[in-house]
Amino acid sequence: MRIGIVCPYSWDVPGGVQFHIRDLAEYFVRLGHEVSVLAPADDDTPLPPYVVSAGRAVPVPYNGSVARLNFGFLSAARVRRWLHEGAFDVIHIHEPTSPSLGLLTCWAAQGPIVATFHTSNPRSRAMIAAYSILQAALEKISARIAVSEYARRTLVEHLGGDAVVIPNGVDVGFFADAAPRPEWQGDTIGFIGRIDEPRKGLPVLMRALPTVLAARPQTRLLVAGRGDEEEAVESLPKELRSRVEFLGMISDEDKARLLRSVDLYVAPNTGGESFGIILVEAMSAGAPVLASDLDAFAQVLDQGAAGELFPNEDADALAAAAVRLLADPERRAVLRERGSAHVRRFDWSTVGADILSVYETVTAGAAAVATDDRATRLRARFGLARD
Amino acid sequence: MTATLIWILAVLVAVGLYLSWTAGRLDRLHARIDAARAALDAQLLRRASVAQELATSGVLDPAASIVLYEAAHAARQAEEELREVAESELSQALRAVFADAQQVDALREAPGGEAAADELAEAVRRVPMARRFHNDAVGAARRLREHRKVRWFRLAGHAPFPLAFEMDDESPAALVERAA
Repeated sequence: MRIGIVCPYSWDVPGGVQFHIRDLAEYFVRLGHEVSVLAPADDDTPLPPYVVSAGRAVPVPYNGSVARLNFGFLSAARVRRWLHEGAFDVIHIHEPTSPSLGLLTCWAAQGPIVATFHTSNPRSRAMIAAYSILQAALEKISARIAVSEYARRTLVEHLGGDAVVIPNGVDVGFFADAAPRPEWQGDTIGFIGRIDEPRKGLPVLMRALPTVLAARPQTRLLVAGRGDEEEAVESLPKELRSRVEFLGMISDEDKARLLRSVDLYVAPNTGGESFGIILVEAMSAGAPVLASDLDAFAQVLDQGAAGELFPNEDADALAAAAVRLLADPERRAVLRERGSAHVRRFDWSTVGADILSVYETVTAGAAAVATDDRATRLRARFGLARD
Repeated sequence: MTATLIWILAVLVAVGLYLSWTAGRLDRLHARIDAARAALDAQLLRRASVAQELATSGVLDPAASIVLYEAAHAARQAEEELREVAESELSQALRAVFADAQQVDALREAPGGEAAADELAEAVRRVPMARRFHNDAVGAARRLREHRKVRWFRLAGHAPFPLAFEMDDESPAALVERAA
């Protein structure tokens, strides 16, 4: 099958959607499919052979932060050329509502289009204003995929229609086979995520830490992620600060080894999550998980069966649960076992096969993807076409 | 005077272009519904065929075979207006026959059973998928057709009002549980 995948965000910037697309593309390549990924990228970044650059993304203020997006005449022309040269059986657009490559491709293509909705952002004002334009482009999508039941619900509420739920994939074996590092073992709690992004919840964990250390002084907190370390420990009494170790940005290998080593992984996120891939990675590595009870997290953790949940932003509940778990190796062993069994549904072999069935369902009997020339033909009819 | 005429003309042309664009949108949606319906038909037929094949293979006990054969046969032969009911009954029959994991294990152990079980699992997983895509397209077309501009200018032409395909498509849990 000839598969075209559209990535809306810069390939040079690491991010969840980019990693998802990379793993998905590599999974299809291994199965012998022809894959081409269209992604924004700087011209001098080395790209894997299956990635086609759509040019540099432009930083613009959008939706409360600065987003790097592709739009305009040049990008649209590149999208058309990519569609034309690729002659795809199916194209898979990620994040079609962001004003970037995904939306441009929706405009320019016709034929079997699959789209994955990653985030579950509440409808923005811009989206309401552009609703009819957006709707006309989104109507072309033959199959919608939401990454969680929660994401599907927001999608149905905001855009109407329906979607199938296929979770994000994780290479379970990579995490399960990583070797633990001795210096990260022994009464350790792990946290991975941006330090300076309050929604990742490190402040909640910092508020809970004194109680945990009072009950178990030998505990260490290992924090991996970008951000200001001084500022992060500011709320902590001075004598406790040595119990927090910052590892900075770590590689994928070290991330797997960290998750293999810790006694407890804590995800105190306070919001803005639509899936929670890190929880799946932690469970794959066999780390017992303690997470805030966000809708998305509760679903990934099988409503608390595969990992424990505490009330969102409640530092006391977090501390109590952490102390109880650290003191109870048997309960942790149960969580490890349940987690490892539960994550098999998130392995790429399952997720990839599901996505492939979606492709096969929409391509059965349908013509291949082509550029949508209605607008061009209209211009030609009035003698306005350029060529 | 001429200026007013030109303005009226310009507005008329703009309205005409907008209506033609909307008609194009609607046309594309109808094409999408047709494709989705064909895909759904294919998946339903595939599921009924695999079920019927299993029922006649002698792998299942006679009682289960008869129940499954009846339901699969009825689903394949059902007339259009009874189709949703017949397909729902096939779902129920499949759930009843493959209610427990032991039945699935027994099927997998039989010669050729592994492939048959995989094929059936694949088929029962794709039916809800295809149905969701179909109903999604139907919903989009209905929302557009209910709009004033489409009703007043009869942009939908003679195309029948699209109907969702409603059925019970819950899969037998023991069969699709792939961790097993």
